[in-house]
Amino acid sequence: MTLKIGLPSKGRLMDKTFTWFTDRGVEMRPSGDGREYKAHAEIDGLEIVLLSAGEIPRELGAGRIHLGVTGTDVVRDRLAAWETQVLEIKALGFGHADLVIAVPRFWVDVDTMHDLDAVAAACRQTHGQRLRIATKYHRLVREFLQAEGVADYRLVDSQGATEGTVRNLTAEAIADITSTGETLRANHLKPLSDGVILKSQATLFKSRRAQWTGAERQALAALVDQIGA
Amino acid sequence: MTQTRWDSATDDLLVAFQNAGADWFETGILQPADVLLDLYGEDIRARAFVTQDLVQGELMLRPDYTVPVVQAHLASGQGAARYRYAGQVFRQQTDDSDRPSEYTQIGFEDFGATDTAAADAEVFALFSAALKPAGLTAATGDIGLLRGAVAGLQTTDLRKAALMRHLWRPRRFRALLDRFAKPVPKRALELCDDAPEIGLRSRADVSARLARLAEEAETPPIPAGQVELITTLLAIKETSTNALSHIRDLAVDMATIRDAVTRFDARLGALASRGIEPDALGFEASYGRTSMEYYDGFVFGFYAEGRPDLPPVATGGRYDALTRALGGDSAPAAVGGVIRPGLIAELGGAP
Repeated sequence: MTLKIGLPSKGRLMDKTFTWFTDRGVEMRPSGDGREYKAHAEIDGLEIVLLSAGEIPRELGAGRIHLGVTGTDVVRDRLAAWETQVLEIKALGFGHADLVIAVPRFWVDVDTMHDLDAVAAACRQTHGQRLRIATKYHRLVREFLQAEGVADYRLVDSQGATEGTVRNLTAEAIADITSTGETLRANHLKPLSDGVILKSQATLFKSRRAQWTGAERQALAALVDQIGA
Repeated sequence: MTQTRWDSATDDLLVAFQNAGADWFETGILQPADVLLDLYGEDIRARAFVTQDLVQGELMLRPDYTVPVVQAHLASGQGAARYRYAGQVFRQQTDDSDRPSEYTQIGFEDFGATDTAAADAEVFALFSAALKPAGLTAATGDIGLLRGAVAGLQTTDLRKAALMRHLWRPRRFRALLDRFAKPVPKRALELCDDAPEIGLRSRADVSARLARLAEEAETPPIPAGQVELITTLLAIKETSTNALSHIRDLAVDMATIRDAVTRFDARLGALASRGIEPDALGFEASYGRTSMEYYDGFVFGFYAEGRPDLPPVATGGRYDALTRALGGDSAPAAVGGVIRPGLIAELGGAP
């Protein structure tokens, strides 16, 4: 009986997650020389599974891990009716990022979603083409635009370097994660004043789909007690 | 053209449609995505299953039959014709995973009728008779009234076009109407020189919109009385007879809805002659506004009273705007509807 916890397998998010748990008395460290995707936790019955942060929602949804640390943004984008599949146990206070809609800074006539909708209408009328918005968060962005009543847009997939798509003429606007806004500024983009789709941060989730026997519940209780969730 | 997978209820419905003069129509499960995306925009991506083919590009698992039927009819060059079909359609259920994402849809479509009120009434009566054993409740509406009301607003063509564009998005429609009912706050905007011109939308496009915004700022608000009329119209929910008399009163101050009122009146007459009592038929002016775009006149639905968890068992309406979008201004008028036999079975009745 082990409590499986999925943690980000690389980068700053991994470092900060390990530090966060270690600071709260749940010592965690990577095994071997750090290239091996294996880690160890100094608490009984807890097994660390290192995963890409983007895959953690899927694993939680499938119940193959009991707990997982990842951004609220990916959970909401990848899991249908996410509340029925996972439960937020604790926001970890790092990995802050907002999913925002941004347009070129020289679009002085565009500041709100209303403006974006008007520009999309004009774009279709004059260029016969829908306004393209580059993103990798298809579902979140589509749901947001639908709720806002924006029409005549098209999402184009961008799995990275999304801020560059406008300059590269593959999109007119973008929807992406920003923490300080520096990358947006450097690429001559500005966020819309009412275009914040989601405020995200690294969060510890519990899977509602995993098998929870007495031993796992006990291990979870011990962990929750330790980290003060 | 095998129909063996369907139950006898489906066969009975198809026979009813055949007796109404409808030819059999069939189309593939894989449909080219571009036409559907161009018509319905990104919204359809959330509902349909999209897949890829290296040669044919993006394809969709048939989300409904309407667009392929319209295309086939336009390609046939016929003026008037009727079609019936039955087969699986595929819809993503992102929020309600208990609903099936694949189900049978049976449809009837009528093209090229010149007496639209008579055609509307005939289609409704056909569905009403076919569904009678299932004991459903009918709801009706008419998007043509709202279109007429918007056309009659004392404001610029630009504002009317903006409202027409959002007929099917009630929230945005309301927000626009409220915005246009107030003086426009001045925005001091100038072209900015320190940000580079990137992307396809040019600095010229930005200045063109700045000029339009300046014009817009000078546009007087839509008179409060007119906004009130639209609000009153949209809130109408009563029997068809009462709705007609209520809307007639509104037409005194809204000349542009008179054509739609005349059609409404003629339709009720045609329905009565087919045994559908207008006194017992519900009418909601807002009905059908959140369904697919392009329903632009009479709309109807049949649903099970007391089962708000279930989608409507049948829906339909007039979609002249769709045939025009695909076939140009001379494209034939169209009215039709679909039935989900699976829901009838789930409700425990067979038609």
